Amino acid sequence: MVNADPQPTRPLLQMRSIVKQFPGARALDGVDLDILPGEVHCLLGQNGAGKSTLIKVLAGAHQPNEGQILIDGEPVTIPHPVAALKLGVATMYQELDVVDGLTVAENIYLGHELSTAGFSNRRVVAKNTRDLMRRLGHPEISPHREVGELSAAGKQIVSMARALSHDARVIVMDEPSAVLDSEEVENLFRVVRELTSSGVAIVYISHRLEEIRQIGDRITVLKDGRTVAQNLQVSQTPTAELIKLMTGRAVDNVFPAREPVADEAEVLLAVASLGLKGEFSDVSFEVRAGEVVGLAGLVGSGRSEILETIYGARHATEGTVAVGGKQLRAGSVAVAVDAGIGLCPEERKSQGLLLDEPVYRNITLSTFGRFAKGGFLDEQAEKSAAQEQAVSLDLRPAGVERHARTLSGGNQQKALLARWLVRGCRVLLLDEPTRGVDVGARAEIYNLIRDLAASGAAVLVVSSEIDEVLGLSDRVLVISEGRVVHQGPADSIDEHGVLDLVMEGSAA
Amino acid sequence: MSEQEVSTATVVDGSAHAGSSGSSGPASSRRNLFNGSMGRNVGLVLALVALGIVGYVTAGERFASIDNVLTILRSAAVIGVLSIGMTFVITAGGIDLSVGSVMGLSTVWASTLATQTMAADTHWIVMVVTALAVGTVCGLINGVLIAYGKVVAFMSTLAMMVAARGLAEMISNRQTQIVTVKPFLNFFRADFIGIPVLVWMFVVVAVAGWIVLNRTTFGRRTIAVGGNPEAARLAGIKVKRHLMYLYCLVGFTAGIAAVMMLGRTTAGSSTNGLFYELDVIAAVVVGGTLLVGGRGTIVGTVFGVLIFMTLTNIFTLNNMSTSAQNVAKGVIIVVAVLLQQRFASRTRSD
Repeated sequence: MVNADPQPTRPLLQMRSIVKQFPGARALDGVDLDILPGEVHCLLGQNGAGKSTLIKVLAGAHQPNEGQILIDGEPVTIPHPVAALKLGVATMYQELDVVDGLTVAENIYLGHELSTAGFSNRRVVAKNTRDLMRRLGHPEISPHREVGELSAAGKQIVSMARALSHDARVIVMDEPSAVLDSEEVENLFRVVRELTSSGVAIVYISHRLEEIRQIGDRITVLKDGRTVAQNLQVSQTPTAELIKLMTGRAVDNVFPAREPVADEAEVLLAVASLGLKGEFSDVSFEVRAGEVVGLAGLVGSGRSEILETIYGARHATEGTVAVGGKQLRAGSVAVAVDAGIGLCPEERKSQGLLLDEPVYRNITLSTFGRFAKGGFLDEQAEKSAAQEQAVSLDLRPAGVERHARTLSGGNQQKALLARWLVRGCRVLLLDEPTRGVDVGARAEIYNLIRDLAASGAAVLVVSSEIDEVLGLSDRVLVISEGRVVHQGPADSIDEHGVLDLVMEGSAA
Repeated sequence: MSEQEVSTATVVDGSAHAGSSGSSGPASSRRNLFNGSMGRNVGLVLALVALGIVGYVTAGERFASIDNVLTILRSAAVIGVLSIGMTFVITAGGIDLSVGSVMGLSTVWASTLATQTMAADTHWIVMVVTALAVGTVCGLINGVLIAYGKVVAFMSTLAMMVAARGLAEMISNRQTQIVTVKPFLNFFRADFIGIPVLVWMFVVVAVAGWIVLNRTTFGRRTIAVGGNPEAARLAGIKVKRHLMYLYCLVGFTAGIAAVMMLGRTTAGSSTNGLFYELDVIAAVVVGGTLLVGGRGTIVGTVFGVLIFMTLTNIFTLNNMSTSAQNVAKGVIIVVAVLLQQRFASRTRSD
């Protein structure tokens, strides 16, 4: 590791040649990281590059086997999470670590309750909490609100307030924008800027490169447990260079070309005046064979609910869904699956996969009955059918006997697609198909979706990333507050157009 | 915002341009080795062997005789059959606290004067069918409440545990009902190739359980429902219906256990199977089935049952009080679960 440039400011925190060995895997293999006071330091890397392990080392949750951590130039050890907080290092994990049943104030002071002789100083706590909330730009959140009632964004604010209550000098944020919509991301950035101007350093982890452009100062890139580049200035490093560093290969981040859909193509999915009380109403559209239709809208606009209702996972209160001209009974997943609909849900891990089961069993989860005679399974037939899909989707690694947990995000997504391809589904509903999928694998997923459409499938895609919806789809539906506010060809509208529509809808 | 004057990027030589080499290969093969069902069962075999040695050292020939081994197996049979059913429910992420009570109720119902008279007039199979039907219906009630009534399994089966015991007391008037149907007793107290029929029944149930859990669509659904119910539902599996079937299944095994109990003790009593649910759950968990669901092992359960019964036998041969036995059992359950957790955290290092 050579770093020729002397730092202009003394680093607040330094990690030197950190090694972390797990049984059977070397998660970190010599990582260096320098954090300057008042900067937003972006940590980039593909899934499995070691980002999560690194921040756990920093948070005292893991002990490094080798290497050194220095704070203000002094070597320190971080034997447990409390030690990290004492040193001024606070971590906001991706899965927000707040307790739903406690109030905002109780959450913030969890683990370091202010008390005199065992009695908590409720008034002081409430006052401090109110101050923190004001500092974070959310004075409307009362210290006495139960955290379970807050939105994901609200919970994140609480998590951030907790970090500040420890007088943190370094705050690590692991994909903080994953649960936020664009307006909330703006507020997050405002808070981040405020924190950095008071000298707090932020370690920011995100898959969204455009966010890093907006908020970041410097970048460190990890690959396979090593630091492959550091001290990259955000303003001077082209995206292509970053992708190359992360993946080790050049990737063109463009969307595959659309192929025109013939007018006489069969209408595979027909949705008519579909509604779900309290969520959305009067949604009507059609998807033809070979067509990709995108649903654009903010988190909470009802787009995921529309997918789930079409799929029968929620019981429609009005309207109909028909596949290939045949109307489906509402509220039954089994009926929808039998008709040839497949859903790749938003939360792959919690809604899609059996993580501790082999990949082939995940692929055949909705078809294993077909590989059985009189109720007895034929695992060989199952494996070879799964293997066939794994090869055609270029699943990596291609072995179908390893556990689903060991696959990267992009490959887990492929396994879910494979599930419906084994079944021969012709209508695919994809909810956030590239969430948690790193840049290198995204282009692959895009190509895959296009290939599926080209082979005659009807695809319906939901995504928070408007450019993704526009780039991938033939036609776009813009959803706002549970209503379709626009429907038309994807190339007739741009990102700003969509945002304007979404905002108008919200204002109304 | 920090402003750096010097801003040249440094890139580690070579490694950034290393090309697209595959990643994370060696980790998986080693994990498979640890995860293999063989590996998990080796520990249980060792525990059983160790117990055998302890038994021989402390009780000598009294322990290591064919008679004593058959005694252990006979007492393991009833608990064992219940444990097989319980393995399914726990694998699916559920629990059934009512197995002991339901078994007790089934013994009472199958040994009432009316049932026995009918059995004497027609065929002893009437008693068997009665016990199986009572067990299955109790399971069905549990299943419907849990799957469609959305009652938590713990509460629903706790209610059944109390209610079934009460119903058994009402029917039997708290009297022990002696089985007098001779052909019934003759059948279930007989030997086949030197091994009691009761033990054969356990073997058959265990083998059938293994096949169903590992080789059939029913077993695959059970594991899927336990591993991730939401994923199973979204893959088109009828999760509720399957849950209902599972509680019927465990009720059915309670019926089988009731028939075996009647054969062994010749008595139908409302106190039959008191606290069996605890032994059964302990045996299943010690065997390696995860309480959170998603992984179940019939072989492990059989070992779990044998370990507990051998232990009880050794204590009894050494004239230890049942109170001391219970303390020892408690300690063993905790140690086993601690070891299991240690193991689980090792296989999930990511």
